[in-house]
Amino acid sequence: MPSNATSETTVWSFPGGLHPPQFKDLSNTTPIVKAPLPQRVVLPLHMHIGAPAVPMVEVGDRVLRGQMIAKPEGYVSAPVHASISGHVVSIGPRPIPHPSGLEGECIVIESDGKDEAIAPSETAESFTEVDPSHLRNLVRQAGIVGLGGAAFPSAVKLNPGPSKNNSRPVDTLIINGAECEPYITCDDRLMREEAEEIVAGIRVIMHATGTTRCLIGIEDNKPEAQAAVNAVLTAQKAGHIRVVSTPTIYPEGGEKQLVKVLTGKEVPAGGLPSQVGVICQNVGTTRAIYRAVCKGEALTSRIVTITGRGVNSAQNLEVRIGTPIEDLINFCGGYTVDVERLIMGGPMMGFALATDEIPVVKSTNCVLVATKGEVNTEVGDAMPCIRCGECATVCPVKLLPQQLYWHSKADEFEKTQEYNLFDCIECGCCAHVCPSHIPLVQYYRYAKSEIWEQEKDRRKADGARQRFEFREDRIAREEAEKAERAAAKKKQLEAAKAAKANNAGDAAPATGAAAALAKAKAKAAAAKTADANGGVNEAKAAALAAIAKARQGEPEDKGEAALSPAQAAIAKAKAAAAAKAASTDAPAEKPANNAALAAIAKAKAAAQAQNADKNAGKNNETLSPAQAAIAKAKAAAAAKANANASADAAEKPTNNAALAAIAKAKAKAAAAQSGENAEKGEPAADSGKSAALAAIAKAKAAAQAKANTAEQAEAPAADQTEPVLSPAQAAIAKAKAKAAGQAASNSESSETTEALSPAQAAIAKAKAKAAAANAETKPAESNSEPAPDAGKSAALAAIAKAKAAAAAKNKEDES
Amino acid sequence: MSRRFETASSPHIKPKTSVTKVMGQVLLALVPGIAIYTGLFGWGVITNIVIACVTGLAFEMAMLQLRSKPFKPFLKDLSAVVTAVLLAVAIPPGSPWWLITVGMLFAIVVAKQLYGGLGYNPFNPAMIGYVVLLLCFPVEMTQWQAPLADVAETCRSLGHTFNTVFSAGSCNVDGYTAATVLDAARTAVSQESSVLNAASGFVASAGYEWVAIAWAVGGLFLMWRGIIGWHIPVGMIAALLIVATTGWAIAPERLLNPVTHLIGGATLLGAFFIATDPVSACTTVKGRVIYGALIGVLVYVIRSWGGYPDAVAFAVLLANLSAPMIDYYSKPKVFGYQ
Repeated sequence: MPSNATSETTVWSFPGGLHPPQFKDLSNTTPIVKAPLPQRVVLPLHMHIGAPAVPMVEVGDRVLRGQMIAKPEGYVSAPVHASISGHVVSIGPRPIPHPSGLEGECIVIESDGKDEAIAPSETAESFTEVDPSHLRNLVRQAGIVGLGGAAFPSAVKLNPGPSKNNSRPVDTLIINGAECEPYITCDDRLMREEAEEIVAGIRVIMHATGTTRCLIGIEDNKPEAQAAVNAVLTAQKAGHIRVVSTPTIYPEGGEKQLVKVLTGKEVPAGGLPSQVGVICQNVGTTRAIYRAVCKGEALTSRIVTITGRGVNSAQNLEVRIGTPIEDLINFCGGYTVDVERLIMGGPMMGFALATDEIPVVKSTNCVLVATKGEVNTEVGDAMPCIRCGECATVCPVKLLPQQLYWHSKADEFEKTQEYNLFDCIECGCCAHVCPSHIPLVQYYRYAKSEIWEQEKDRRKADGARQRFEFREDRIAREEAEKAERAAAKKKQLEAAKAAKANNAGDAAPATGAAAALAKAKAKAAAAKTADANGGVNEAKAAALAAIAKARQGEPEDKGEAALSPAQAAIAKAKAAAAAKAASTDAPAEKPANNAALAAIAKAKAAAQAQNADKNAGKNNETLSPAQAAIAKAKAAAAAKANANASADAAEKPTNNAALAAIAKAKAKAAAAQSGENAEKGEPAADSGKSAALAAIAKAKAAAQAKANTAEQAEAPAADQTEPVLSPAQAAIAKAKAKAAGQAASNSESSETTEALSPAQAAIAKAKAKAAAANAETKPAESNSEPAPDAGKSAALAAIAKAKAAAAAKNKEDES
Repeated sequence: MSRRFETASSPHIKPKTSVTKVMGQVLLALVPGIAIYTGLFGWGVITNIVIACVTGLAFEMAMLQLRSKPFKPFLKDLSAVVTAVLLAVAIPPGSPWWLITVGMLFAIVVAKQLYGGLGYNPFNPAMIGYVVLLLCFPVEMTQWQAPLADVAETCRSLGHTFNTVFSAGSCNVDGYTAATVLDAARTAVSQESSVLNAASGFVASAGYEWVAIAWAVGGLFLMWRGIIGWHIPVGMIAALLIVATTGWAIAPERLLNPVTHLIGGATLLGAFFIATDPVSACTTVKGRVIYGALIGVLVYVIRSWGGYPDAVAFAVLLANLSAPMIDYYSKPKVFGYQ
């Protein structure tokens, strides 16, 4: 037990561990020396755990020391700063310090020798008045990561987050000054020389994390470091910060091991120290945090132990991040003759480097230049395991390394996981004590990577399987739908045939929805064959779509037969319109045509909707004739409009003006009429009016389409054409609406509704025919004179109105 | 000029020990016992060891040859020598050469190499050799020599021992051999007489009690050196003492006292050198204590009620059988799992 002021602190122990030879006196007897400014630095973008940083500079840019040259990508990430001033000479893959020996993206800066620093960024000298989240941001912006070797972004660690149900709030800060691995002395020297900055850093971290006490764990083989830190603490009367002298045992510097030693708490497997109310920072990191927060300095240098018997003068250097190791070795007097292995990190957990071109990175705490006498060179001469169990005795995680080895060797990866392979921290204790010299850690790494690989493959396979299954499903679904459609079509065709055979020419009541639809379709098809125009296809498609829509719009609880007359009428009207449109339209008028069709379809849908609304409590058949009438009238109007449109497209705006005059008058009349309807106070009138309004709106849309066509012909007249045309349309629509209103009122009063539908159908058909005839004759006429055209459209409107009136009367009579 | 280096997997630090060093220390720990044994019982101990080592290494080489394995690492590991010495000190001193050879044949060829060599044998090879000999040659295996002090002068020389070993023994007469304490106790029990006077020495068989203590000294040396853990010896000795004390308290006339159990026979040799053979023992900490205790109880049961007085060999083999199961059920709680 330590004899100084720290002795009152209880020290726990962790399982296993060992006492490897230390070799720390090779490098801990001389002060830290600043390494000379490197000629060039190589800064890997991935010097930390998490996502690699993203370059912010281009080749050729001049950068200053401390300037951010790559920004963090995501939360768990860290920026990279230029560690010297100079020019960016390349950005690309280069050898990086990684056990795999693979290359990684690096930014290379050629020094200009000036070492010009960027102006210090924002500082928070009086950090206690700064919000912790702001402190974290300063730490993040400074690119600070765990300097003990893990390189986890410190800003993330400083945010313990809300405490979970089963864990206590984070109240203890642990500063890791254990430095348990042989040879390494950078933290030892730093504590001896910069204790004040470390303690200042502790205060920053305590403020940032809201912790109330701090334990600095320093192994008892570093009494000078303990004394130095204690001196600062005593001078500052910092009672809540204490140095704890811990027994020297490897791997005590492991985060979870140190937490156990200092607090007696076991961090749950796979968990974080914060779960037991602790956060842990390395002494080097603590000092860097101080410099970042209080001095505004980004992380551009660190202390590195250059040691081993393979280098002439072992010592601790303050090194700019990115300095090639070669430079450091040269500064330390070069290699000795019997140099064997270059290791980044310590002899237990460090990794061998293939070349000394590799740069110092943020996590580089030590470069061990080992001779043959210092390292295990008998790799590959392993004897069989004699099950001595020494490995299990020294394992700090209480694993059974020989079982793990056995199963790893046999590729029994499931078994290795049963034996908690992934709790292995790869500290190397087991391999060090193995009398059979089995490279145990290598086996565990192999098993881990194989398991990761398998996991990846499995995920990939799962994804592929899911995609495949989804595709199969989709194909099956599509095929089923196709078959369904084909069957429906077949049925419709058959029904149509039957209907044709039964009803010769005149309007007979449709026997069924299917029959009517089929008929309509057949007509459309006929139209299509009659005209090879592309527009026809579209018209047909629109008609079909409209039918489909109309069908979908029906409430399901209604009987199919009940709706069929309406459906049939609508479909017929549509088809007729389509056919007409197809026959009259020149290719250029396609848009107008389509617009008209769309208007029809919309009108139908609206009518359908209204129909459904009105139907509440009423026999739905009573309304369907009305619907049919509306639709038909609309269709006719649309057809006419189309015809007009084609004329307009060919003719002049004067024509439109004439039309407008006539139409205006009509519109007035229509308005008056609709007003009358409203005054009548009949419930049906309302619906009729609303239908009329809808029709007007739609007609306007159609007119707009037309106007556009006109615009194409003559731009200046465009302003005029629009208002001019729409009244005509409106008039027509209104006529329709009136008819509809009347029809609706009539049908409502009547009890025998089925009788109405045939009559309606007959009227509508007649109308449609008339419209078609008109449309066909129009183009020729309109070419000669604008006036007749307008006159005709007025006439058409008149006819429509008359027809509607007649229809209404008819109905009345019949009822 | 940048320089390139060979890479290797961590840890880079030199290994702490080797199989050869481990086995070498076991042999070293056997020296005090062998010295006392030889001092008390003469050249027969040495001839046993020499013959066992020679034949053992010969069998090992032959099997390595047959299995196309390299000689050097597997002869250098000294594991065959340890097996040979353990068998040699377990059988009666001055055993005939052929007896030792048959024992080594079974120990090295059958129990060790046929199962895959070092590290793969499920049973303690020396104990397999011993039990085979006991079952096949019960007469030769019970010719326990009396201490030299009690033996005729003519029978003490090396030449005489050679005669005994390489031809039909000339000293195979009364007075040259003596019953061990365990044998005597068995006889006493079978004759329904008291076991109290079975011991010919101060507590056990004359002479063998000192040898047993010397084995314990060697065992403590191994513990101190960290070659063996305390778990198996402590488990075995503690269990044996507990059951023996209980038994003795109940029936002191019929059952041997715990001290005789401890230093009579092969208890201490077994506890420190045989049960601790890592290959065939348990590997977990808890498992090793259980394994040791199992041997201790079995030793007592076999000695008290079994057909042979050679309880340690049987007990160790039975415990070897149970080791994998004990290991399976005694996995330690991994750090971080509550």
